Amino acid sequence: METVAVKKKKKEKPVPFDYSNYIRKGKLPHIWCPGCGHGIVLKSLLRAIATTGRPNDDFALVSGIGCSSRTPGYVNFNTLHTLHGRALAFATGLKMAKPNLKVIVTTGDGDALAIGGNHFIHTCRRNLDIVIMVYNNFIYGMTSGQFSPTTLPGMIATTSRYGNIDPPFDVCKMAEAAGATFVARGTAYHYGELEKILYEAIMHKGTAVIDILDSCPTYYGRFNKYKSAADMMEKIEKEGTVSVKQADSLPLEKLEGKLLRGVLYNKERPEYTAEYAKLVEKAGGSKPK
Amino acid sequence: MADKKKKFMQGNEACSEGALYAGCMFYAGYPITPSTEVAEMLSVRLPKIGGVFMQMEDEIASVCAIIGASLGGAKSLTATSGPGFSLMQEGLGFACIAEIPCVIVNVMRSGPSTGFPTGPSQSDVMQAKWGTHGDHPSVVLTPATVQEIFYETVRAFNLAETYRTPVIVLYDEIIGHMREAIALPEPGEIEVIERKKPTCKPEEYKPYAQSNGSIAPLAAYGEGYKFHVTGLYHAEDGFPTNNTKLIGEANERIVNKINKNADKICANEEFYTDDAEIGVVAYGVSSKSAKFAVKEMRKKGVKAGLLRPKTIWPFPDKAVNKLAKQVKAILVPEMNLGQVYYEVERASKGQCEVKGIFKVDTEAIHPNQIIEEIKKFT
Repeated sequence: METVAVKKKKKEKPVPFDYSNYIRKGKLPHIWCPGCGHGIVLKSLLRAIATTGRPNDDFALVSGIGCSSRTPGYVNFNTLHTLHGRALAFATGLKMAKPNLKVIVTTGDGDALAIGGNHFIHTCRRNLDIVIMVYNNFIYGMTSGQFSPTTLPGMIATTSRYGNIDPPFDVCKMAEAAGATFVARGTAYHYGELEKILYEAIMHKGTAVIDILDSCPTYYGRFNKYKSAADMMEKIEKEGTVSVKQADSLPLEKLEGKLLRGVLYNKERPEYTAEYAKLVEKAGGSKPK
Repeated sequence: MADKKKKFMQGNEACSEGALYAGCMFYAGYPITPSTEVAEMLSVRLPKIGGVFMQMEDEIASVCAIIGASLGGAKSLTATSGPGFSLMQEGLGFACIAEIPCVIVNVMRSGPSTGFPTGPSQSDVMQAKWGTHGDHPSVVLTPATVQEIFYETVRAFNLAETYRTPVIVLYDEIIGHMREAIALPEPGEIEVIERKKPTCKPEEYKPYAQSNGSIAPLAAYGEGYKFHVTGLYHAEDGFPTNNTKLIGEANERIVNKINKNADKICANEEFYTDDAEIGVVAYGVSSKSAKFAVKEMRKKGVKAGLLRPKTIWPFPDKAVNKLAKQVKAILVPEMNLGQVYYEVERASKGQCEVKGIFKVDTEAIHPNQIIEEIKKFT
């Protein structure tokens, strides 16, 4: 498989990437609104998967309910679209039954952190080898714009007309505290950087959580007076973040109110399927397939 | 001479033995009285055969994990009780619409909410059928002895694989914790049905294809088929559809695949029903008292008979109707405030009187209570 994007040299003409091996063309068009960042995130994911050089059948994409959770239906892997909040529970069963599958969960801020919050922290705690992509657009898009656990205070949603008073979760801090061993933040705007992060996450052995800042121009954008989808991306994803690599050299005032992008935490810790294999050996059983 | 195969064990242990006999390789659960022994035993036994035991963060995660594992090709089980069973309802519905085989054990305890956790009941019969939302198939087995818990757990796995559907094993705390001598069959002695896997080319695979009521084989993920599974209504290829005709057909199909095979799925014990003039319909622990009562009445020359459903859903309409035709009355003792009673009344179609004997104080229904009621019809 071509490792085009990751090793791309400057000024070299990029080789066109062939998506046809990854997209279920007959299942398009997708349901995402014009200006939604989910398609860009998907592009980064597919390119990262291609870079691993592993066949499609080695991957399972599991999701819950919401806009981002529609991702698996469009792509040519083993795909499972489940219940609201429960993607990680399904993914856990699947991964334990078939440890050789590389399981990637596509989920949203509401799906992963509100209704699915319990499964989120416990998956991280076990350090089960799953990639958790949180498409974080600060809103429940599919149900037309209610505030979510990542909506910032003061922001307007259909259920926070006077301004949101719920404090938000920091996805990355929560993941790290719960025990995830690879924690990163990317954005749809920085799609090349996101591709590299996703590649690293896939190659990581353990729970990998990626907080992906993404925009919902249809609801979050309109309610909160962003001029356009592009304006949202610029303000939230570009101007609202700083690369972790640049952060050290920047004065403190330039970091204020900005979220760090890049790999924020990466540590080795015993991974769950490997630990389970040891347990089986201890019990005198044969190793699971 | 002591039979080597005979063992003295608890109902919950017999359930675990049955699951292992049936080839269960994955268990996910959450501790809850009075079902915990199933988990405890499988946490020891499954690793020994390379199977997976997982203690999840809650019952919602448990039911979802067994569905995920089943899609990975493993025969899967969870066991729980009242409050946990309530939490599992959404996952149960997913397994119904996505047609994923799995087995859920509910050891019934007393009361709504926390109730009386160590006290038995038979109050979840209707929840087992109607607990999850939407029209869906229900296969629910109600064993009445420790030995039968073993057999019915094996049968539950067989039915789950045959019909690609979740199957519930429903018994009460008394049988779950009761110890009886049981005989464990040798491998091969009773039938174990393995999952049908597709043999077609991956590009031709339609996980929900149907022709003449047949049920499509279910591939496992990671074995070349790369198919899609969703809880949305879907077409034969597994992908979501908005087509109202396909939606209607899909819903009817998942319900009919069970209802049209009700004769094969239903199983009853008939005890002195041939010439019975007074009938008793009872299941689970209440059927033990009912059997005793029928025996006592027979000794006194009263023609009483017991119909004991081992499958409560689909409901044994035919057997109840047949009994109703020949008896003056049917008594329905159950440890709830009337659940199966109404089904018996419906299936009897007014051919005889139907009377319930209900009890919810967590004490089993005493045989004398049933005897007294039988006497009223002599």
